[in-house]
Amino acid sequence: MRKPSPYLWFIAPAVIVILAVIVFPWAFTLWMSLFEWRIGSKATFVGLTNYTDLIGNRRFLESVAHTLIFTAAAVAAPLVLGTAAALVFHQKFFARGLLRAAFVLPMMATPVAIALVWTMMFHPQQGVLNYLLSLVGIGPSEWVYSPRLAIACLVMVDVWQWTPLVMLIVLGGLASLPTESFEAAHMEGASRWQTLRHVTLPLLMPFVLVAAVVRMIDALKTFDTIYVITQGGPGTASETINIYLYLQAFSFFQIGKASAVVVVFFVLVIALSWLLFWLRERSKYYE
Amino acid sequence: MKTKLVDRLLLGLAVFLLVSPAVSVFLWMLSLAFKNEVDNLSYPPVFIPSPPTLNNFRAVFASGPFFQYLINSLIVSGSATLFALLIGVPAGYGIARMKARKLMMTILVARMTPAISFLIPLFTLFQLLGLTGTLTAVAITHLVITVPITVYIVAGYFETLPAELEEAAYVDGCSPWQRFRHIALPLARPGITVAAILAFIFSWNNFIFGAVLAGRETRTLPVAIYNVLTFEQIAWGPLAAAALLVTLPVLLLTLVIQKEIVGGLTAGGVKGT
Repeated sequence: MRKPSPYLWFIAPAVIVILAVIVFPWAFTLWMSLFEWRIGSKATFVGLTNYTDLIGNRRFLESVAHTLIFTAAAVAAPLVLGTAAALVFHQKFFARGLLRAAFVLPMMATPVAIALVWTMMFHPQQGVLNYLLSLVGIGPSEWVYSPRLAIACLVMVDVWQWTPLVMLIVLGGLASLPTESFEAAHMEGASRWQTLRHVTLPLLMPFVLVAAVVRMIDALKTFDTIYVITQGGPGTASETINIYLYLQAFSFFQIGKASAVVVVFFVLVIALSWLLFWLRERSKYYE
Repeated sequence: MKTKLVDRLLLGLAVFLLVSPAVSVFLWMLSLAFKNEVDNLSYPPVFIPSPPTLNNFRAVFASGPFFQYLINSLIVSGSATLFALLIGVPAGYGIARMKARKLMMTILVARMTPAISFLIPLFTLFQLLGLTGTLTAVAITHLVITVPITVYIVAGYFETLPAELEEAAYVDGCSPWQRFRHIALPLARPGITVAAILAFIFSWNNFIFGAVLAGRETRTLPVAIYNVLTFEQIAWGPLAAAALLVTLPVLLLTLVIQKEIVGGLTAGGVKGT
């Protein structure tokens, strides 16, 4: 038998902790999703009933739709804005480090704290946003109090909060690009726009894709801001899977049902991540 | 020469357009926190507090055991970060030297999992153990945030260290532990510092674990300010003041050591669960 690596001792404690707080919950969730179990009562084995129930559950299906709409917008907008921001912060200018840090503040700030400030800004009567709208001659909006606008408002907060992360990933990419391609483009007399369009952006694509995957995972998981700003409301107009899940588990204490939702949610996250990587592989053949 | 000036102006404009929305929300938070309630509710809104008042902060401290919540947050995030360093730094070293990709994958998949999916099992487990509502339970769940961040950043940092020094030590008969303790560890200090700061910040910011597991006495700060919103008369000034107090340390930390933080974040696009 091969002698075990001496480095195993370095990893062992972390493996134990990861097993306890990460792998155990996964296994437990999978197992519990097969039971009908409300906290305080006895658990009874029900097989896949929790899953089949979800198919006909209108509220759950709507929460899936809300999640997908929210995620699509909260990935697309930061990708465009964040890439643009990275191109700007890649230039040299006065106080660049400090300004870049200022730009990063939204993603570092405590989500609950900024969600509270946004809630006050969204207020239809006293909120500062309606005042700003009135300055440019637009009438007051209901913002998060309107069922039609609630998700859009939450997307706005999410874009504000997470565009910096895309910027950082793409900025890291820009710093690692080979200088030869740019020199070649310059030698051939390419304009700046042409260089950007045909050299920089294609070279940046892998980084943008990583940012897309990271952003998508985070957008699917968004909880704090939605919970604080709308609690999924008005009604259930902005209820995402995560909010629905939270209510099932910790307001109704339906552990079995909630566990099934977790498993479905997890499959969704993996499937969408896989889809993005598949798109990337495919796009390679066309280059 | 002229195009150069136009370029500078356009760049300046672009920077302004990017930074001002990011900053203005925080400025508005400051404004709300230092205005009296009449100004906070007036329309059109008052932007500059005149005169600035500290009454909102007094109200925050008077309304509840704010210091208790502050200490709770410090204990939870502090112990979760310390523990994560204790087990995460050696693990990061081991992973870097063993090239243990599977463990790294587990950590990445953990990042994909929504926090609530950890909460349901841990919540039930803590109920069995009678730990619900204790700081210990909250701190244990925060390991879900701090351990992956630490391992991820530190492993990445160890991988960038030159192998020559450790090889020389190996030839001289140093054990793996001695090589780690006396060579790799001192060299990795910058990476470990960044990991510790980010782990602490993301733990500090976490809301949902405390919201579910903490009792009245064991709330962390984000949970406490959320409860100000729901259970008391909504007064904007004190609410903004409380929000400011919670997030100000993080904002200052980001601005002061921005270079290191930005570097650490870029390393893997990491973020708490």
